[in-house]
Amino acid sequence: MSENTEKIEVALFVTCLVDINRPSVGFAAVKLLEQTGCRVVVPDAQTCCGQPAYNSGDRRSTKQIAGDVISAFKGYRYVIAPSGSCAGMIRKHYPELFADDPDMLLEAQDLANRTYELVSFLKDVRNFETNDVHFDQKVTYHDSCSNLREMKVVEQPRELMKNINGLELIEAEDREACCGFGGTFCIKYSEISEEMVDRKIDHLKATGADVISAGDLGCLMNIAGRLYRRGENMKVLHIAEILAGMGDVPGIGEERR
Amino acid sequence: MDSREKILSRIRSQKGRDVLSKSEQDILARRIQAHKRNLVPKRSQIPPEDQIALFTEKMTELLTTVERVESSSQIPERIKAYLAAKNLPSRIKVSPSPLVANLPWEEVPTLEIVTGAGAEEDEVGLSPAFSAIAESGTLMMVSGPDTPSTVNFLPENHIVVVDVKTMCGSYEEAWDLLRSGRGTDDMPRTVNLISGPSRTADIEQRLIMGAHGPKSLHVILVG
Amino acid sequence: MQVTSRQFKENSHKALQDEELRAALNRVKQGFTTKRREAADALPEFEQLRDQARDIKNHVLENLDYYLEYFESRVKDQGGHVHWCSTHKDAKDAILKICKDAGAKTVTKGKSMITEELALNKFLEAQGIEPIETDLGEYIIQLADEPPSHIIGPAVHKTREQVTELFHEHHQKYGYTEREEDAEKLVGEARAVLRHKYVTADVGITGANFLVAETGSTVIVTNEGNGDLTQSLPKTHIVVASLEKVIPTLEDVSTVMRVLARSATGQEMSVYTTFSTGPRRKDDIDGPENFHVILLDGGRSEMIGTELQELLRCIRCGACMNHCPVYHAVGGHSYGWVYPGPIGAALNPQMVGLEEALHLPNASSFCGRCEEVCPVRIPLPKILRHWREKAFEQQIAPKPDRWGIELWGFFAKRPGLYRQVTKIAAKMLSLMAGKEGRLKKLPFNNGWTRVRDLPAPQGETFMQQWQKKQKREG
Repeated sequence: MSENTEKIEVALFVTCLVDINRPSVGFAAVKLLEQTGCRVVVPDAQTCCGQPAYNSGDRRSTKQIAGDVISAFKGYRYVIAPSGSCAGMIRKHYPELFADDPDMLLEAQDLANRTYELVSFLKDVRNFETNDVHFDQKVTYHDSCSNLREMKVVEQPRELMKNINGLELIEAEDREACCGFGGTFCIKYSEISEEMVDRKIDHLKATGADVISAGDLGCLMNIAGRLYRRGENMKVLHIAEILAGMGDVPGIGEERR
Repeated sequence: MDSREKILSRIRSQKGRDVLSKSEQDILARRIQAHKRNLVPKRSQIPPEDQIALFTEKMTELLTTVERVESSSQIPERIKAYLAAKNLPSRIKVSPSPLVANLPWEEVPTLEIVTGAGAEEDEVGLSPAFSAIAESGTLMMVSGPDTPSTVNFLPENHIVVVDVKTMCGSYEEAWDLLRSGRGTDDMPRTVNLISGPSRTADIEQRLIMGAHGPKSLHVILVG
Repeated sequence: MQVTSRQFKENSHKALQDEELRAALNRVKQGFTTKRREAADALPEFEQLRDQARDIKNHVLENLDYYLEYFESRVKDQGGHVHWCSTHKDAKDAILKICKDAGAKTVTKGKSMITEELALNKFLEAQGIEPIETDLGEYIIQLADEPPSHIIGPAVHKTREQVTELFHEHHQKYGYTEREEDAEKLVGEARAVLRHKYVTADVGITGANFLVAETGSTVIVTNEGNGDLTQSLPKTHIVVASLEKVIPTLEDVSTVMRVLARSATGQEMSVYTTFSTGPRRKDDIDGPENFHVILLDGGRSEMIGTELQELLRCIRCGACMNHCPVYHAVGGHSYGWVYPGPIGAALNPQMVGLEEALHLPNASSFCGRCEEVCPVRIPLPKILRHWREKAFEQQIAPKPDRWGIELWGFFAKRPGLYRQVTKIAAKMLSLMAGKEGRLKKLPFNNGWTRVRDLPAPQGETFMQQWQKKQKREG
């Protein structure tokens, strides 16, 4: 049908955390992308972007995994990840990995050019505007380090949230500070990570918001996990869930209904 | 192999090369001798009167007091008034430079003028600046037989005379002035760039004035 | 200096329990970061100047041999001496010889990180020479017999109360018998005690922020003026500098100066920037009669031409640690050697050995804030990753970590198998969590659950649900 041929095809890079832990973020991403006229495909051969190996110093495995991702996503006009961290890995680090391999470098660069973090893609490439979404909550937004520094995705989520009916965005202090996740860092150096996430939670809590949101599930699981361990009561949601009008799902780590 | 050779040859071998060729060395020598400026902040590129205003603004921010006189003959009176207002002793250690030593001190007989290098017991010091730099509120003090640098540091209170004709917008202008003023690219023993009185924040990050150098700095602009 | 980087975890555990330290680190975090931001915002050309400062340092490192020889010849022109020192031992020997030739009993010292590398104070003491630190922070930690915890604020970890006790203990012999509580008065007391030391010292030792090839000058940057008194009053001035400090011209120094203080303390300029060139001149009435430059390699030339070369751009401003969340949490002493914070984590493995310093490049969340504020744009996270790769290659990374990553990698490279395993894992964790939605304990991996609950998977994986949806929708 003509309608279908007009749609642009985008490939969703689900990310391993969303795949295993919070599929609702993936479905929120699909919904949002479809709202902007995309046809979403989910290549079956994907697993993970390779960051755990990359950050652990296992360059050989990282290159193999990166190679797999490159071939799994060959040919799609756009590759979208609901994560600044994974998108950043592909955009910034894949080309570095293959700096000494001209053939692979070309392919890595090609994938990097086609890869976007979800929210910035919606806003910058698809001129997305949320409409008819209600979310009657006070929300504070945490900038993941990858979104903030690597991907420069800072204003886009805020602008999109502004258009949501009922949503009040309250900024926290010390926005540029890391939440202490850092992949395997939060496990290997849990005591330091604990200090970092505690400071982050103190600032987020001080906003008086009901909901904490961010664009990276790693940060959110870290924050939510610590929040519940401390006995605090805030709801934690991925930004895609709020934007897609799916804010009524149980929050990350929240009791099921 | 001595350390010198060891270090130089390791640098070269790490770079995978030998000593730079004559022509490569010439390029580097020319780079040095050209004194080429990098980016100089726009804020420094302003007319002379604005430079004086910017210098005064910056120095004041740095907790330095600044006053301006038309002629150097007014300086002794002004210093007398300044010392009286701050309740400071009337003995002044003055750099031997004619720029400050040869002022009409006889007009203020209550002041005790001692010329020479700085000493442990000095409470007030007076020295002439070679130049001043507007962009950051900075004095350029140059050492020489009649401008000992210890006068800039040992006295608890430091007074500096700046001829406004020597005011520069940027550090780069001041370097050129220094080179042309001395007629050589050789530096004097000491060049002090001074931006305010001595301070420390080493105890609980609290700003406290007068750590080792002067506790107060007073600048008299002349002209 | 005794290296305790192996005990990084124990060190940081202790630091995290220390309430006074936490208050001090909080001051670092609040004070330095705000001031840097304000200083950067007030200069429109700041980002361009950072690029130029980086380029100048890169240019020097490409031609380091040339600039060092040029610098040396200019120092000689002015009547000074340059001592090339390949190792730390060479440098200590050279300093000792100069001190002995000067008949030195006491030596005043300006702040110098290189002399910390040399552990010079202990060395001089053992030789019967009394070293006196004159930077207030360095003086405080010398009295406390501690190493610095920050490269520009060596005593940032000390409270006013602790300084009171230290001065009370050590200043009684100078007649200060009262316990002084006021910070301003404490500074005055140190000023008075040290004043006399400057005048009577036989040798003054300072570091150098820059060495200027064009003129043969050494440059120190301070706020207190202690460095100037240290170098202008004794008969002999020794400058201890590492070789990457050389900068071609006064114009180049001006550019780097513009980013240095702004990045460090948020000042536009430090109070005193002093250029010293050779000994006192004929007819001068003050200044040292002898001028020596100790030019230390100490492992740096090996970094030229490698991934680590970029570290040699460092101008020791401290911005990376001022902005580092790990430094904010554990403080400087946890790092266990001279340089703390991100620059220490990147540099120390080269200086003291990767096995010794293995924790340092690993204890980072890769948040990237250090690189963002580095005035000469050193890619610190990239260098930390380099060390992790070296440790993995050389099999010095802890075995369980390696096996964990290899096992995970095995599945990640096999999508079909991965799909099956993740399906089971998600299901199991979800069931274990039940209605509560999170897990308080896991049979493995207590690093996560020691401090946090684990938000449980929602149930079926995304891929499972997606495939079902595709089937349903045909």
